Amino acid sequence: MERILEVKDLHVSFHTYAGEVKAVRGVNFHVNRGEAVAIVGESGCGKSVTAQSIMKLIPMPPGEFKAGQILFNGEDIVTKSNKEMESIRGKEIGMIFQDPMTSLNPTMTIGNQIMEGLMKHQSMGRTAARERAIELLTLVGIPQPERRVQQYPHEFSGGMRQRAMIAIALACSPKLLIADEPTTALDVTIQAQILELMKDLQKKTDTSIILITHDLGVVAEMCDRVIVMYAGKVIETGTVDDIFYNPQHPYTKGLLHSVPRLDLNRNEPLTPIFGTPPDLLKPPVGCGFTARCDSAMRICREADPEMTEVSRTQRCACWLQHPLAKSRVGS
Amino acid sequence: MEKRDTLIEVRNLKKFFKVGDNTLKAVNDLTFDIKRGETLGVVGESGCGKSTAGRTMLRLYEPTSGEVLFEGKNINKLNRQELKAMRRNMQMIFQDPYASLNPRMTVADIIGEALDIHNLASGAKRKERIQELLSLVSLNPEHMNRFPHEFSGGQRQRIGIARALAVEPKFIVCDEPISALDVSVQAQVVNLLEQLQEKMGLTYMFIAHDLSMVKYISDRVAVMYLGKMVELADSEALYENPLHPYTQALLSAIPIPDPEVERKRERIVLQGDVPSPMNPPSGCHFRTRCPKAMPECAAMEPVWKEVKPGHWAACHLFN
Repeated sequence: MERILEVKDLHVSFHTYAGEVKAVRGVNFHVNRGEAVAIVGESGCGKSVTAQSIMKLIPMPPGEFKAGQILFNGEDIVTKSNKEMESIRGKEIGMIFQDPMTSLNPTMTIGNQIMEGLMKHQSMGRTAARERAIELLTLVGIPQPERRVQQYPHEFSGGMRQRAMIAIALACSPKLLIADEPTTALDVTIQAQILELMKDLQKKTDTSIILITHDLGVVAEMCDRVIVMYAGKVIETGTVDDIFYNPQHPYTKGLLHSVPRLDLNRNEPLTPIFGTPPDLLKPPVGCGFTARCDSAMRICREADPEMTEVSRTQRCACWLQHPLAKSRVGS
Repeated sequence: MEKRDTLIEVRNLKKFFKVGDNTLKAVNDLTFDIKRGETLGVVGESGCGKSTAGRTMLRLYEPTSGEVLFEGKNINKLNRQELKAMRRNMQMIFQDPYASLNPRMTVADIIGEALDIHNLASGAKRKERIQELLSLVSLNPEHMNRFPHEFSGGQRQRIGIARALAVEPKFIVCDEPISALDVSVQAQVVNLLEQLQEKMGLTYMFIAHDLSMVKYISDRVAVMYLGKMVELADSEALYENPLHPYTQALLSAIPIPDPEVERKRERIVLQGDVPSPMNPPSGCHFRTRCPKAMPECAAMEPVWKEVKPGHWAACHLFN
């Protein structure tokens, strides 16, 4: 399968008054063509920083790429200039942000915001771009698109703004769509509409999607593969079935056990993960999850576990995967 | 479920807000009971009036009309002094643990304020009580002189819970207490709320939009839409056999964290947005999005009635 995106050993830090916050600490993953990949994890685990790095939207300073490569279509994004990025952003990679209220320009009509990309990247004329904008609004299910195209974001409801943002992101048919918590700010019935829309569009256009979310239900519904991040690192990856039915990392297991299931009856108490994630100003030496892990061993505090292969599709970074630990647990 | 006596009776409660020349009917004619020791979940989309309902029940808002009876006493008829005494019985936990704690007060002062207002403890006893409350919510009592910013979101929510518990209330309105928290931390707070309920015999009204969590924590669940209650039932009954088309759509909209289930699922996807509460549709408010709407839905408001024992709904399908 063709790899559209490959992130190799990415390190991103932020320089703050308190010191260097190591937000992303060696992230590796890839996205194939036409695939929907989820990145899950708690706030502050580095999932949004990873996504914004792919778009090169990290403000520098205070941000800094410490090491690593982001290969998009084989070209390294990290070394690209701002000028070069302009022809990638919006054209090759589209992005949907979490909060449609603050990420649309309140002083521009929705139409102009969609047309901007079309006129810049596809050198369309105003009239052609306007027609295409109306088409796109129809595509994302906004009624009366001819009237809506002239309206401003404040005249749209939350769900419609998110649809408009999807229209903007899709305007130039990007090969990769990054959706950073696209439905978190929305009500469930509207979320269902937006997810339906995204699935439908993906099928039609064969776009790859990176979906960042903390809602495991959304992952199960939308995605083919899952990347679990914790404290700035990828700790487990696999297909949705691997992750939901055969999770290996104690953190992944913990995440799955801490959400109640609507379709199951209430009998077992929720098992929360105790404690809070480590402070990335002073990241721990060993595995970042040690302090909250039930199965922590001495080695976990001393050295960081490597990514090991669990199966052909699943990989996990945990000392429990080590042959010695396995034989101990087995005996 | 065992028979429990009624702690709170809500009768035809209405709360309207004046917005310019219009009236926003945030809570429009709610009638229901809350039994002693139970958890009543209230769900609905943003703007459906669930928070306003909770606040009006505590008389944080003056109701437009209707009554709220707490142990048979009409709280809307109380004068200031009586209301202050009544507030000891009824407390609230707020949604945003960042905005609901005064950043310039220490944790001891935040919790102690409740003790001072009601003259519950002073001097060494006050300090002792604050420490006891902190340990009750699994915070380190030695941290009592810290400020809110030194705590994480989950810890702050625990401080909010300790503050509510300081006056030994019987009833707590939990207004989206976990929606600002990370998944792994949500379970901690929910488990804490359940333990406290068991230990102290608390009654909760749990307002949330996360239906899986509401189902998990509640004995009974009420569903609201545009200021009205559309369905109320035991939580198992509501989730297994939802009667109102809105409840059905709401349940079907929730993604389930199980890929196998998701692949097989047929979803009812509602069309359009929630209409403006300023100008709700005539008749049944849900009819504009309802897949089963009939002509009479536009003409007449459906009656709130007990369709099955303990299972209330307001829908013309059951008239």
